[in-house]
Amino acid sequence: MAEITYREALNQALTEEMERDGAVFLMGEEVAQYQGAYKVSKGLLEKFGHRRVLDTPISELGFAGLGVGAALVGLRPVIEFMTFNFAFLALDQLTNTAAKWRYMSGGQFKVPIVFRGPNGPALQVAAQHSHACETYYFHAPGLKVVAPATPADAKGLLKSAIRDEDPVIVLEGELLYNMKGEVPENGEHVVPIGKADVKREGTDLSIVTHGPALHLALQAAAELEKDGVSVEVVDLRSLRPLDAETILASVKKTNRAIYLEQGWPFGGIGAQVASIIQEEAFDWLDAPVLRVTQADVPMPYAKNLELTAKPSLERTLRACERVLYRNGRAGR
Amino acid sequence: MATKVHMEALSPTMEEGQVVKWHKAEGDSVSQGEVLADIETDKATMELVARGKGILRRILTVEGQSAPVGEVIAVIGQEGEDIGALVGAGAAPKQAAPEQAGEEPREEEAEEARPPAAAALRTAPPATANGGRVKASPLARRLAAEVGLELSRLQGSGPGGRIVKRDVEEAAERAPAPARVWVPAPGAPTEKDYEEIPLSQMRKTIARRLAESIGPVPHYFLTIDLDMDRARQARARINALLDERGEKISMNDLIIRAVAGALRQHPAVNSAWHGDRIRRWRRVHVGVAVAVEEGLITPVIRDADRKGVAEIASEVRELAGRARAKKLKPEEYTGATFSVSNLGMFGIHEFTAVINPPEAGSLAVGQVEEHPVVMNGQVVVRPRMWATMSCDHRVIDGATGARFLQTLKAMLEEPAAILL
Repeated sequence: MAEITYREALNQALTEEMERDGAVFLMGEEVAQYQGAYKVSKGLLEKFGHRRVLDTPISELGFAGLGVGAALVGLRPVIEFMTFNFAFLALDQLTNTAAKWRYMSGGQFKVPIVFRGPNGPALQVAAQHSHACETYYFHAPGLKVVAPATPADAKGLLKSAIRDEDPVIVLEGELLYNMKGEVPENGEHVVPIGKADVKREGTDLSIVTHGPALHLALQAAAELEKDGVSVEVVDLRSLRPLDAETILASVKKTNRAIYLEQGWPFGGIGAQVASIIQEEAFDWLDAPVLRVTQADVPMPYAKNLELTAKPSLERTLRACERVLYRNGRAGR
Repeated sequence: MATKVHMEALSPTMEEGQVVKWHKAEGDSVSQGEVLADIETDKATMELVARGKGILRRILTVEGQSAPVGEVIAVIGQEGEDIGALVGAGAAPKQAAPEQAGEEPREEEAEEARPPAAAALRTAPPATANGGRVKASPLARRLAAEVGLELSRLQGSGPGGRIVKRDVEEAAERAPAPARVWVPAPGAPTEKDYEEIPLSQMRKTIARRLAESIGPVPHYFLTIDLDMDRARQARARINALLDERGEKISMNDLIIRAVAGALRQHPAVNSAWHGDRIRRWRRVHVGVAVAVEEGLITPVIRDADRKGVAEIASEVRELAGRARAKKLKPEEYTGATFSVSNLGMFGIHEFTAVINPPEAGSLAVGQVEEHPVVMNGQVVVRPRMWATMSCDHRVIDGATGARFLQTLKAMLEEPAAILL
């Protein structure tokens, strides 16, 4: 296995799928000549030419719609949003068109399209550019939503998304692009959509999470291990379809769960997961399911306030202690 | 900090206990783990040990008095420490403590105010103090139901006194298994001229347990008769060998050994119903019903399948002796995986026993008696014995039970098979 960055993993997935299938093409702002705002499409224009790597005007609604049309007539578009903050402009194409055509045509049409790009807060880009957008898409039947947190999952899930016959939203992590990790070199490295991954096994508490928050969960688990607490970390990877089976198996083992996410709490992914847990594993719960999320406010620009608003190691550990019924660690 | 001394559940089924003797007087110093008092439970007289240290400041339940499990019966504190509040709470244990009378504290507040976990276990009010509603996590409720613990008797260590998994596990450790009490043959009163006898703790337990048993445990019965000629001979030969050691075995000891051997071969019978699953025991512990003055108790011969019959005989004798003297420890009468009840010595030909949950089976053994049977076309007189197995149908199906009895029969009709 080779150690490559998350960015390179995505680039490999695009390259391999474009080589494999001539119907796959990439379209978005700055993806061709500039090789992508985050350099995910580096080298693709040179390799595949202007017919398959297309720069668009700053017009999210327009090029998202072009993509849906292309998918309806048999191509397999990959649409890059420079960030998902800008994709709000295209929300109608995603949730009202891409998500609905298969249903409204009685299955006569399919929409094999991928919308991808960085999602979630980065560093000091203020309220309008710090959105964790997963719930907007996760909410709509008809869309599949994945949020890879490691280079291996990024490559495997993007490949699955491109091959999928339905619209798939691929939420990347801006702060993950430089992260290195081992990725199988085999061209057939595909991660199935709808399958969560236990990133760390444990017996005392389950931290369920997705996307960049995975790394905070692993940090908290390592910290608690020093205290003799064995934490299981479940990375959902796919938000729709959601792998309830893996979540429930973990909670039935540990009897307590926390949802950790980078987005807002109100109607968040954790709210949905907590609902599933209490419905399906009520008799296995020894404590209420708690959530650690971004504060329920627009993201502040000031650095100190931004740090306070984001989920932190300290807040995660506090939540763990509450569901473990432990007093403050300092006192132990 | 002052420590309340609670009446503890010193037997798995104890609901109240009587103070037989205080080993400490008010004003004596007490160290943690020291014996404070002898408590008569529904099963035996047990020692109550101190959970805190200091001076025994106040005795609230005097010798001869009873107190329900959980009630404060004494207070340990430091010299001069004000224990007025604790003594008051002990005197009126049913009343809600003042801090619990109001609205439920919010979880965060409760967390701030929470004492360290270990102390909370002993000092928190029972979870029912708050208007009769038991606060427990869903998991704690399920676990308590599975091990047969009443939540209202536990003290919660979670926020606001919530009973959580660790509280149930701790309580279950102190009281590892449900009661081992047998049914006495019920004698219905028919004469007007009768004497009314107040119910002992054991009698109450028998009544409660049997009602629990015959209701939820679906019994059925399998009867088999065995030719005991060779078993008789084997017993005589074994006793001849044991004679110089001054020991002997009874027919029942041989039966216990054979039952244990048959259970080893039929693990499906050596099993227990556990609500959402069947627990199949890996070890064979045979409960042996022993009549005592007030009823019955079933001391357990552990790993009976791995013991020689002489060892079983001496263990049964020793346990039965202490059972009659009420000196059995809880671990000596709990944990059986199957039971044997023998009324042969009373001339009983055949009977059925009530299953002692969570065991799934029980064998009722009658006397060995001379009986005419047809062998090779001839009517001959043979020593025969009738045995009836009660089976919990949730665990043991008819054919499973029948196969077990076939093995048992083969072992007793040719005792050499026990050695296989």
